[in-house]
Amino acid sequence: MIDESVRWLDDRLGVAKGGRTLLDKIFPDHWSFMLGEIALYSFVVLIATGVFLSLYYIPSAHEVVYHGSYLPLRGQRVSEAYSSSVGLSFDVKSGLLMRQTHHWAADVFLGSIAVHMARIFFTGAFRKPRELNWIVGVTMLMLGIVNGFLGYSLPDDLVSGTGIRIAYSIIESIPLVGSYLGFFLFGGNYPGNGIIIPRFFILHVLILPVIIGGLIAVHLGLLVKQKHTQFPGKGKTEHNVVGTPMFPTFAAKTTGFMFMTSAVLLLLGGFAQINPIWQFGQYEPYQISYAVQPDWYMGWLDGALRIMPSWEWVGWGHTLPLEIFLPAVVFAGLTFNFFYAWPHIEKRYTKDLATHNLLDRPRDRPKRTAFGAAMLMFYFMLFCASSTDVMANFFNVSLNTVLWTFRIIVFAIPIITYFVTFRICNEMRAAEGIGKRKRAMVVNRSAEGAYSTTPTEPRPGDGAHELDPIPVPTYINLTPEELETAPGVRRVMR
Amino acid sequence: MSDEPLTAEPTGALPVAALDDPHQLPYARHPARAQAVAVVSMTIGILGCIGFGIAYWISDQTQWEAITLGLGLLGLGFGLTAWGKYLMAQGPFVEERHPFNSSEEEVKAMTAAITQRGGIVVGRRKLLGGLFAIGSLAFGVVAAFPLIRSLGPKPGRSLFVTNWKKNSPLVTVDGRPVHKNDLEVGGVLTVFPKGFAGSSPDQTILLRLEELTPEDPPLSLASPGRSDWTALGYVAYSKMCTHLGCPVGLYQQQTVELVCPCHQSIFNVLAGAVPEFGPAPRPLPQLPIKVRDGFLVAQDGYNQPIGPGFWERP
Repeated sequence: MIDESVRWLDDRLGVAKGGRTLLDKIFPDHWSFMLGEIALYSFVVLIATGVFLSLYYIPSAHEVVYHGSYLPLRGQRVSEAYSSSVGLSFDVKSGLLMRQTHHWAADVFLGSIAVHMARIFFTGAFRKPRELNWIVGVTMLMLGIVNGFLGYSLPDDLVSGTGIRIAYSIIESIPLVGSYLGFFLFGGNYPGNGIIIPRFFILHVLILPVIIGGLIAVHLGLLVKQKHTQFPGKGKTEHNVVGTPMFPTFAAKTTGFMFMTSAVLLLLGGFAQINPIWQFGQYEPYQISYAVQPDWYMGWLDGALRIMPSWEWVGWGHTLPLEIFLPAVVFAGLTFNFFYAWPHIEKRYTKDLATHNLLDRPRDRPKRTAFGAAMLMFYFMLFCASSTDVMANFFNVSLNTVLWTFRIIVFAIPIITYFVTFRICNEMRAAEGIGKRKRAMVVNRSAEGAYSTTPTEPRPGDGAHELDPIPVPTYINLTPEELETAPGVRRVMR
Repeated sequence: MSDEPLTAEPTGALPVAALDDPHQLPYARHPARAQAVAVVSMTIGILGCIGFGIAYWISDQTQWEAITLGLGLLGLGFGLTAWGKYLMAQGPFVEERHPFNSSEEEVKAMTAAITQRGGIVVGRRKLLGGLFAIGSLAFGVVAAFPLIRSLGPKPGRSLFVTNWKKNSPLVTVDGRPVHKNDLEVGGVLTVFPKGFAGSSPDQTILLRLEELTPEDPPLSLASPGRSDWTALGYVAYSKMCTHLGCPVGLYQQQTVELVCPCHQSIFNVLAGAVPEFGPAPRPLPQLPIKVRDGFLVAQDGYNQPIGPGFWERP
């Protein structure tokens, strides 16, 4: 049957040659290559749960009276968006599970992208020839953050509405065109004429997911074309890829991993409450709640807005709200442009124009590693700065102290991180036997009472007795005669 | 099923694995145990998936659905991964990277096709090329009209004005007029001009700092020229934060400060709501109020644009 199908397709599309190459495609094995897979499978979960949600959500600011099963809201005038969001949580079977899983998947999606990007950075996988894929990846990160914010805004609850209010003010802060952009986008002065909900909806469920999906296809297409990078090791060179084939080994592992990623997201969605919009209530522009934080991936921007001094510039009949424009527009723009430019910047600095398929060990590039660690720390500190009020409350210190502490440590800690990381890298490089797995030693005591140690047998991956890599075999001989004529060989059914 | 046996005879140069090739061995030292783990795991997976169906039909409990479906997918996924990782041939296998860049001649040929074949054609008909470029530019510009201009109205004066007018009665969000005895000392209330209850730009926070009679000297707020903007110990400020427009919804009675919960700007009420901490750049605009027939009304609208800064703001 397989034979006939392949022949049928091959007669029409010529799939056999390329298809076999694809089945034989080698995937190198390392735990860190799995981070991107988490992002991919979170996206799959996002699409699946998102389609479910879109069947019940009503993108409308139209005011209705809530009649659902959540008693505290009954009889209140709310928007259809809010009413349907609460409704799909409580009055649609499995709805709450789907909504919370969707939210968790979004948070995990962006988290795994960030960690995946750090892996690419620290191992130098962005170097030639993979600069294009780095750019595609940074674009997906940016679009993912935007789409996360849009989705967070859709339920029209108190917390998300406050987020939209802030976004509007950020748009308004842009010189010359800001107020026009804000009015165009919202259909009038804030909160606009209600058009923002259907606009955010179509961006969130169609336009941005299609772009992100297309970019994922490009991302994976480039991966197939350029082949995966690999860490140095036995038999691994710049001109080959060593690992396991796409089919069946990698396919089994990665499909299993997709199931496991979905399972973890479902368990989070079922057991870890996230964004309980029915507690926040309908958004009203004059209402606010205490200790509201955006989703984690917006934290760095919120932190930057918080610790920014109040430097509004006024002159010549105009106002330039630098206290908004600098952190939320200029800084955010610089961040992504810097990410985009990084492969080029490093090339400038190292004068390294060669093609690289073997990855760097982070310790072998102390300056890059130290710089990356400092950058991560910088953004992490900004993220922490987005909860200044919670910290002040929790540690019972004045808000002023917390704010000034962050204004200093946002810059101080990354600098310290740089030097500490640089030192650690150099120390690691100097250490003997670094990167090799430590072999356990067996201590023997002789009859005379003398002690001696012998190393245990090497395990796979120790490097000592690794096999030389061979091309993927197409046929595996499993004829019974051979099985019988090979005594002492382990027989394993696959 | 095809007539041909699965273990077809190798043909040509296709690589064949011998059974005793160590590359074909599984990673697991004890394949039987690994298989047992995968069997148990997948069984849990099957039971979990069936359990989800049952949970859905009989209870629709979020936690039961999550644990059953979660365990179902986790079991199936773990079993499949274990099969792949521990029981399938681990190699290592190798694939050559074939350089994908073209030869020098091919690069030159492509460049030439663009610059020579195309360039000369364009060079000989500069007029046509120019016209098409102008046409494309014109299209690009006019295409932006419906794409951008249709989206919404121009700001006009709407960022500069609110619905607060001379003698606008102060009403609560329910539309109820605010009586002079409505607030005790330390009380706060969100108020709107009559007819615009709930409107975002008009939101105003009314505070009672002292209980004064008309004969008492007015509240002494350290804001020059505004000594008669208060009434009977009442003072009113725009509730829209001058930082990012959040409602300045927290009032600290002991320190007489208004706090914005979004980014922690703190406004000193006694000093005319000047920001004394945080990122807010300007004081909250003050609404001049008075008492008429026992109810609070605005003396006038705000004398400046409310809320966050924008380019056109003087």
